[in-house]
Amino acid sequence: MGEWINTIVQGIMVGGLYAMFAIGLALIFGVMKLVNIAHGDLIVLSAYVALIATQTLGLNPLVSLVLVVPIMFLVGYLIQRGLFNRTLGGDVLPPLLVSFGLSVIIQNGLLQLFSADNRRLQAGALEVASVRLSDAVTIGLLPLLQLALAVAVIGALQFLLYRTALGRSFRAVSDDPRIAQLMGLNNRHVFGLAMGLSLAIVALAGVLLAIRANFDPATGPTRLIFGFEAVIIGGLSSFWGTLAGGIILGIVQSVAASIDPGYQILAGHLAFLAVLAIRPTGLFRRES
Amino acid sequence: MSDAPLLKIDRLEAFYGDFQALYGLDLEISAGQIVAIIGANGAGKSTLLNTIVGLIDSRPEAVVFDGANIGGAPPYQIVAKGLALVPEGRRLFASLSVEENLLIGGQVKRPGPWNLASVYQLFPILSERRAVPVTSLSGGQQQMVAIGRALMSNPRLLLCDELSLGLAPIVVREIYGLLREIVASGVSAAVVEQDIQQALKIADRAYCMLEGRVVLQGAAGELTRESIAAAYFGV
Amino acid sequence: MSASATITRSSRSSQVGLIFIAVAAAALLSVPAWASNDAMRLLIDIFLYAALACLWNFLAGYAGLVSVGQQAYVGLGGYGLFALTTKAGLPPLLCVPLVGLVAAVASIPIAMLLFRLRGAYFAIGSWVVAEVFRLSAILITPLGGGSGMSLPARIAQSIGQAPHDRYVSVYLTTLGLLLAILIGIFLVLRSRTGLALTAIRDNELSARSSGIDVDRTKLIVYVVTAFGTAMIGALIFLQRLRISPDAGFSVNDWTALVIFMVVIGGVGSFEGPILGALVYFFLRETMSNLGPIYLIVLGAVAIGVMLIEPLGLWGYLRARFGMQFVPLQLRVVDRAASAAPKFEETRPTA
Repeated sequence: MGEWINTIVQGIMVGGLYAMFAIGLALIFGVMKLVNIAHGDLIVLSAYVALIATQTLGLNPLVSLVLVVPIMFLVGYLIQRGLFNRTLGGDVLPPLLVSFGLSVIIQNGLLQLFSADNRRLQAGALEVASVRLSDAVTIGLLPLLQLALAVAVIGALQFLLYRTALGRSFRAVSDDPRIAQLMGLNNRHVFGLAMGLSLAIVALAGVLLAIRANFDPATGPTRLIFGFEAVIIGGLSSFWGTLAGGIILGIVQSVAASIDPGYQILAGHLAFLAVLAIRPTGLFRRES
Repeated sequence: MSDAPLLKIDRLEAFYGDFQALYGLDLEISAGQIVAIIGANGAGKSTLLNTIVGLIDSRPEAVVFDGANIGGAPPYQIVAKGLALVPEGRRLFASLSVEENLLIGGQVKRPGPWNLASVYQLFPILSERRAVPVTSLSGGQQQMVAIGRALMSNPRLLLCDELSLGLAPIVVREIYGLLREIVASGVSAAVVEQDIQQALKIADRAYCMLEGRVVLQGAAGELTRESIAAAYFGV
Repeated sequence: MSASATITRSSRSSQVGLIFIAVAAAALLSVPAWASNDAMRLLIDIFLYAALACLWNFLAGYAGLVSVGQQAYVGLGGYGLFALTTKAGLPPLLCVPLVGLVAAVASIPIAMLLFRLRGAYFAIGSWVVAEVFRLSAILITPLGGGSGMSLPARIAQSIGQAPHDRYVSVYLTTLGLLLAILIGIFLVLRSRTGLALTAIRDNELSARSSGIDVDRTKLIVYVVTAFGTAMIGALIFLQRLRISPDAGFSVNDWTALVIFMVVIGGVGSFEGPILGALVYFFLRETMSNLGPIYLIVLGAVAIGVMLIEPLGLWGYLRARFGMQFVPLQLRVVDRAASAAPKFEETRPTA
């Protein structure tokens, strides 16, 4: 019994990370109706940036976040203004195909630079530190930290969106990009900020995941799919719904993995397809 | 007060793709004036306002505001210079509340008498409903929000596109009554209006457009009914 | 418009194009008589990719269904062939249309699920489906599990005792399949469904309100594409004599390369994907395969094309020279105006 509880708790923790991947996707889709196929590869890129930081500067991965998060924010801003902004505002095909091309480029670029070896970020003692809740249930400190961070990030994002001028700008541009310009908003800049913020969030989650799970240049698409599945399972009406979607995905994967590791990812996919079949708008719908 | 007009439109042309909407328009607005722009549907009135505010491209010299060429400049720069548009159909931000719509209008920080408090004084009903999503307001109240949002940037020239659209006559009169008050605070106005009577009542000067051209202009009080009818319908 | 104006699909260049196609087809059919195994192998590869490109373009460029999961059907075709030949003892070439049918049937429930997603979400969803196939294939031990399986020699020999005979069999079957696919797509595009597709592509909402059954049209295209893609998949792995989950369901091999070919050649036109496949193979034969760098370059070129000339190489050629190889575009011809009909493009349907 305790084993099962532990399994579920692990799933909840990892689900928090998946939710952050999802929120990164949902944010840019909300603001500029863009889905970035390279999203997952950028998550893996942030893990490699953290790898360089830890190897060359001897930093603990968690400390390296201080560097990685701003770097990825900048990367997001530049990619948006340099590349994606040129594809927006018309046909569906260009943004999709450009982001797909970017995905292939990043994957193969990482392959060239780092080879296909499996990597993992070493967090030292923190990795095995744990908190004992009861006789049967022990939670790792790191996973607990992940969940706490996920909740904190979502809370902060809610605050940003609903209580700040920048958040108002995001929502206004999402509602009506044409009229938003008349409010003195430079849409190109606002889109850049949204992409930068999205990548900052997923960089945080990506580094945390890279401490728990292996990564290599080809693991990007899986990260993208996890975020995507969390979005669909949780629905798009609120970030807390997305968090719930991520947690459900995490639990499904965790339970399946405890039966057989080969089932882990497949179970997640099947859960996603089930939700798509039964409740396509997601399991959590806004009441209003 | 200088002689140069606040806004000068000089042989303005505008296109939607290959389709030409404006054919060499000339128009002037002086500081402190209310100018009415009337004409049938499709005459190009909205196109004119959208071009002035930068949503549609044009030659730089075709739109001169306060002595500076602004034709074709990005809207966010034009708004910073002191132009504001109340769009046709209001175009409020649906996921923002009343107050948030006003606040975002004030994102462009320009000095002047208009702020949240003074806008609420002008439109007291909005103050009562400030936290409410704009989608639950009546048409007249939405129009007030749209005007208030434009005022928040303390413009020198307010462009109003079809304020009366979809509103009851009594509401229209109330809103145009408030427009006088707005102009008194130092804001000039250009008013595109289907309701000719209302337009001529409030304006100092009127331009009548037909198929992308100005076909009649003059002081509002001097234009005769016959000349307007002829110009309006191109008879 | 004068009374002597007519609407036609053909033009001078398309008349030339048809002759060219007939000559090319005859030449290609004669290849087994005089070409080496290596030459045939190269041509088979070109045909397979050209077919995949045309099918992907049919789905994405015409029906607006951008799938990055077509590898699901490639692998399904490959595994279907291996399963039917080794477990059911059916002759390999007969299995080709059979796996096509299996894929067509399987694609219906998949489409119903995926059609609940729009745009890029549809794309990612299609990728998930392909991943489900791949992960499931790893778990199916009778078909080799994670390491895959090889096609037994006797089955390979059933299509030809000597390597040369096998190449000829595969070559002719592949060429035949490519031509069938091209003709099939061409006929659909010229039919009412083709007109519906153009309407859907231009404005889905208007198409719906004009009475077009958008969902049914898209379903037809999706199923037909799955049918064709699986047959190609069967031939790919018949040629390779070996299949594994990673090879059968590889995104890079069956989707990334295909998408790049279509984008560079010209998405949304009939001739574009073929041109893209030819360009790709020309580059591949003249430049050595540099592994990851090659994909980076291709990706960058595809991005560049999308930003600069979204209609690709063929789009550029068509706009510049008014060319079309295949009579698909509707034009108005005013016979009274001049002796030679002027090519005036109202709006491209292809």
